[in-house]
Amino acid sequence: MKNTFALKAGFVAVLTSLACSVTGAATTITVAAFPSLDAGVKAAIPAYKKLHPDVDIKLVSLAFADHHTAMTTSMATGSNLPDVMALEVGFIGRFAESGGLEDLSKPPYNATQFKDKFARFAVAQAVMPNGGLAAIPVDIGPGTLLYRKDIMDKAGVKEEDLTKSWESFIESGKKVKASTGAYMLAAAADLEAIYIRSNLRDGEGIFFDKAGKAIVDSPRFVKAFELAKVAHAAGIDGKIGAWSNEWSEGFKRGQIATQMMGAWLAGHLESWLAPNTKGLWRSAQLPGGAFASWGGSFYAIPTKAQHKPEAWEFIKYLTTDKAQQITAFRKLDAFPALIEAQSDPFVDEPVEFLGGQKARQLWRVAANKIPATDVDKYDTLAQEIVNAELEKVLEQNKDIKQALTDAKTLITKRARR
Amino acid sequence: MSERAPTVAVAPRRKRLKGRDWAPYVFVSPFFIIFCLFGLFPLLFAVYLSFHQWDPAMGLEAMKWVGIENYTYILTQDDYFWKALYNTVWLGLASGLPQHLIGLPLAYLLHTVFGRMRNTVVGVYFLPFITSSVAISLVFTTLFSRDFGAVNSFLTGMSHTPVIGWLFPAQNIDWGQPQYIKPMIAFVVWWRYVGWNTVMYLAALQTISKDLFEAATMDGATRVQQFRFITLPLLKPMMFMCVTFTIIGNLQLFEEPFIITGGSGGLDMAGLTVAMHMYRTGFMDNDFGTAAAIAWLVFALIVVLTVINNKLLASKE
Repeated sequence: MKNTFALKAGFVAVLTSLACSVTGAATTITVAAFPSLDAGVKAAIPAYKKLHPDVDIKLVSLAFADHHTAMTTSMATGSNLPDVMALEVGFIGRFAESGGLEDLSKPPYNATQFKDKFARFAVAQAVMPNGGLAAIPVDIGPGTLLYRKDIMDKAGVKEEDLTKSWESFIESGKKVKASTGAYMLAAAADLEAIYIRSNLRDGEGIFFDKAGKAIVDSPRFVKAFELAKVAHAAGIDGKIGAWSNEWSEGFKRGQIATQMMGAWLAGHLESWLAPNTKGLWRSAQLPGGAFASWGGSFYAIPTKAQHKPEAWEFIKYLTTDKAQQITAFRKLDAFPALIEAQSDPFVDEPVEFLGGQKARQLWRVAANKIPATDVDKYDTLAQEIVNAELEKVLEQNKDIKQALTDAKTLITKRARR
Repeated sequence: MSERAPTVAVAPRRKRLKGRDWAPYVFVSPFFIIFCLFGLFPLLFAVYLSFHQWDPAMGLEAMKWVGIENYTYILTQDDYFWKALYNTVWLGLASGLPQHLIGLPLAYLLHTVFGRMRNTVVGVYFLPFITSSVAISLVFTTLFSRDFGAVNSFLTGMSHTPVIGWLFPAQNIDWGQPQYIKPMIAFVVWWRYVGWNTVMYLAALQTISKDLFEAATMDGATRVQQFRFITLPLLKPMMFMCVTFTIIGNLQLFEEPFIITGGSGGLDMAGLTVAMHMYRTGFMDNDFGTAAAIAWLVFALIVVLTVINNKLLASKE
């Protein structure tokens, strides 16, 4: 008796759910993201619900590294895939080449029509090897030079001394070290990291050429290594790795005078790295006329996703809707990839943490000058190997030419396929 | 009667199970289901995987058979693997040997000297073992911080003391440098596991009959002699077990060096262990086939070392 009742109940339940889907009640799309991008999604849901009452959005948020590992395993097995997949720039190359993401340049998406709406370089990062578009950029990280105004004043260094050229940056560093004892920069590797990214033309790769050959022994890398070596020899680097204890303590105690990174670092400094240094920092363009990007996020649709049309609508809303991008900009200080949103008056507002400087204007200039470089699946790998060789040059006095040749061999070996 | 017995014995086996007969199988099934899903399947899949080239982001279809190429690549081309292996053996010896060389005498000391306080003291020694390795590693990176760490401020402070001052560095030590990072990691690992070994040895000591010691005392054996000729031989089975655990644990060393070096292996890859290298090959380079092959090579190494350990320490019967 009991059994038949349960059966009936189950039958009814199945029928009702069938009926619901027929009458077009809510479709649920899953969005997988990581902090703090997930906050942008969360903020967008209520407004989106008003526009599309028939779509429910389920947000699954994991820590940064866990999210990308989870996405890798989901792609591997083709199961548990979200409808909208957030990707950080460090992973976009790998995922774009995997073939597991929808080509958004093709119908029914036709995303090529939006291409000019976004920062050029960000779109280039999401291009597939066959020229397709794997993802749509949502926020970008224009690179900037953050420096301690008070320390520079003490050392008698002006902003233009910092930005004029790399040589003058290093010279200023010596003055800072001599008069205040503070390190000019956390790690000499920062210099190298920016130099290899500067003065690239559109379509050029950082580590690989068009044919996928490693080009880490080019003059660009030699010069970058030389600069880092000079800075290290001058003792103006703190030999401090980013995100370490030393790093945040160094900021708190004013032991690190400048840091080159994505403009979003100002937000991190303000919220947890060194809130006590409020008003002491300023932002400037990178030395030597360099423009580079740090970070940036994208949304993609896996080929095996369940609700592609709904996912695409939501991605369009998150990325191309001006009001939505501005909300994220204001709320999270996520620099919008959408060019229209960059003209929001919020850009002209003074940044209190940077002593009231209208720094976002500066970042917008940078965002528009960053070259649209070519990303390669093995960029992260190459970066790692080059960094390891640079450490040998700095710490063990390895010959630069030799180090770069070794790096090239190692990259070719490891990216063997 | 005796002729019919076999038929009686065989018949129930042929009988189909029904009703309550299933109960024992149902009750033991969770283990087997879970073991097959999360133990056996990954194990076998890793064997299969190690003969393939596979970027998981491309989906299962992208697996490509390459034969033993992954193994030959690791053994002949992969410089990081050999470096990681060297580091792992270094760390294994530097943290593993003291675990036993200090753990065993410590257990003897606790056994003979401490009376009622023993359990409290044992608890204190055991505490690091049950603490999260992530928390431990984070605390130690703070202690070993170059500019702001307690260790450096102690060392440089000591360098000002008159007689023994010359033994200590006057400058802050950068523990991230290749020559310092290994001893530092070894220290953390040792600190964490010495308590575990002490407890194991203590447990073994407590099973040794007091009569033996009394008899030895009657015969005029000193404490050192008692330790050498009674305690050590009787502890041999436990030593074998503890050393086996240490070998396996140390060859798979991951969490401590991973967190201390920020996942990178540190300067000049001086803190890169084989397990970290495997993780990085899999999850950073997206080369799961090679990562699986590394895992199996480590397994082979563990087997070899355990066999050697077996020859050396296991009691022969």
